Amino acid sequence: MIWELVFAPFVEFGFMRRALLGCVAVSFGATPVGVFLMLRRMSLTGDAMAHAILPGAAIGYLISGLSLSAMTIGGLIAGMVVALTSGFVARVTAITEDASLAAFYLISLAVGVLIVSTRGSNVDLLHVLFGSVLALDDAALILLCSFATLSILTLAVLLRPLVLECVDPQFLRSVSRLSAITHFIFLALVVINLVAGFHALGTLMAVGIMILPATAARFWAAGIVGLISVAALIATLSSVIGLLLSFHFSLPSGPAIILVAGIGYIFSLIFGPVGGAIVQALPRQKT
Amino acid sequence: MNTLLSFQNLTLGYDRLPAVQQLSTEIAKGSLTAIVGPNGAGKSTLLKGVMGALAPLEGRVSINGFSESDIAYLPQQSQIDWHFPISVVDLVAMGLWREMGAFGRLGRTKSARVKEAMAVVGLTGFEKRLIGSLSGGQMQRALFARLLLQDSQLVLLDEPFTAIDSATMADLVAVIDGWHRQGRTVMAVLHDYQTVNTHFPQTLMLARELVAHGPTAMVLTTDNQLLASRMCEACAETPHVCGKVIT
Repeated sequence: MIWELVFAPFVEFGFMRRALLGCVAVSFGATPVGVFLMLRRMSLTGDAMAHAILPGAAIGYLISGLSLSAMTIGGLIAGMVVALTSGFVARVTAITEDASLAAFYLISLAVGVLIVSTRGSNVDLLHVLFGSVLALDDAALILLCSFATLSILTLAVLLRPLVLECVDPQFLRSVSRLSAITHFIFLALVVINLVAGFHALGTLMAVGIMILPATAARFWAAGIVGLISVAALIATLSSVIGLLLSFHFSLPSGPAIILVAGIGYIFSLIFGPVGGAIVQALPRQKT
Repeated sequence: MNTLLSFQNLTLGYDRLPAVQQLSTEIAKGSLTAIVGPNGAGKSTLLKGVMGALAPLEGRVSINGFSESDIAYLPQQSQIDWHFPISVVDLVAMGLWREMGAFGRLGRTKSARVKEAMAVVGLTGFEKRLIGSLSGGQMQRALFARLLLQDSQLVLLDEPFTAIDSATMADLVAVIDGWHRQGRTVMAVLHDYQTVNTHFPQTLMLARELVAHGPTAMVLTTDNQLLASRMCEACAETPHVCGKVIT
């Protein structure tokens, strides 16, 4: 029974194993970045960046059809351009970074929707928006795993300046020139994880695997290491459960995975020991 | 007298409106100087000018013997995100950034120094606590521990005792005295004249322009205080652009 429900789909079907590997790679790559986005109160930045990637992927599609490399390169370029220009504009003009980012991603999104709707068929639009985790080929899997590895390694190397940039940017600027570089590398990590995620889950759902597990982890752990571990665990579990639901009930897999993560978030919100609803409602104990 | 800092006809300001005007004076190496003056007198602006965070509109600041990035600076409103989940010891250890950089190791010797700095400010036992759990006084103690580790020859403090309990203040004043005894140069923006009188040998009184600079007893007179507040009122009434009165 359990064998048939949980293990058989992965054992019997290659596409399920590929989907699982892809989702686990995205989970491990994206969630640490999501934790930092949440801690920096930039959760919605992930969303904005995901929209910004769309025209790049669309132009890639326009040039060479449903090609993995063209859409990846297009997405990366569009994401980096929006991240860099909005960061640059915020630093040289009076506008704040969130407003600047909002402006650029909206422009970018409009371009993307325009290209996709005039040149692509509906099926392609669905692919870009919702991904195709059940149709990942070898090249796509290698790409997803490489991006996840690159992201984790970069984060490990960059951890100290990134934490300081989050805690006390003024101090970092006074002792080091790394402040701006750190910020941009971090935004670049957001972009590469979203591009990786969009092959599996689509541009819109990719943000979900980045942000939902991170915000859910917030109710289980207080330290950074704890947050990242719990978030990666929740993301992986959501991937497995979401894929199985998608398999057994013929649901689209991207939304299924993100919905499971969403349920995980709501469960954490209610039952989580660190500031969850029930703990908050209990009478406070003196420590 | 060994000069550490000299201000030459220094004018500092924002959007070309000066906050400090034509300041010319010198800060001696190893001196302990209080910077006092009415609100809007340019005290914080002066510290930012020394830090190099604000380029002079006119004149210059010369620092004798080391670079701006070797200055330890405690801003008035720190932009620290106290909700970020790092431990107190991690925050304090950031004071070693210049020695460790982004990738250096915190070895046994450095860990011991971090521990010692936390003991000096009375935060022993708080190492593993998250910074968000500290009280206002404890936060300021942690920031002083970080300043201690920066091991800088010039320490700039912008209103370090605002909204701090008296026990914390006494401990932090002792830290400042310690720096003074070690021959470090300290400049602190302060409001409480009693603290200035008791602990700060030198005082620089500012009201956009220099009012007086010298031994505290000579500077902190009633006449000077009246003069300073009159100068600031006059300033507020006449808009200035870059040192010249607009008529």
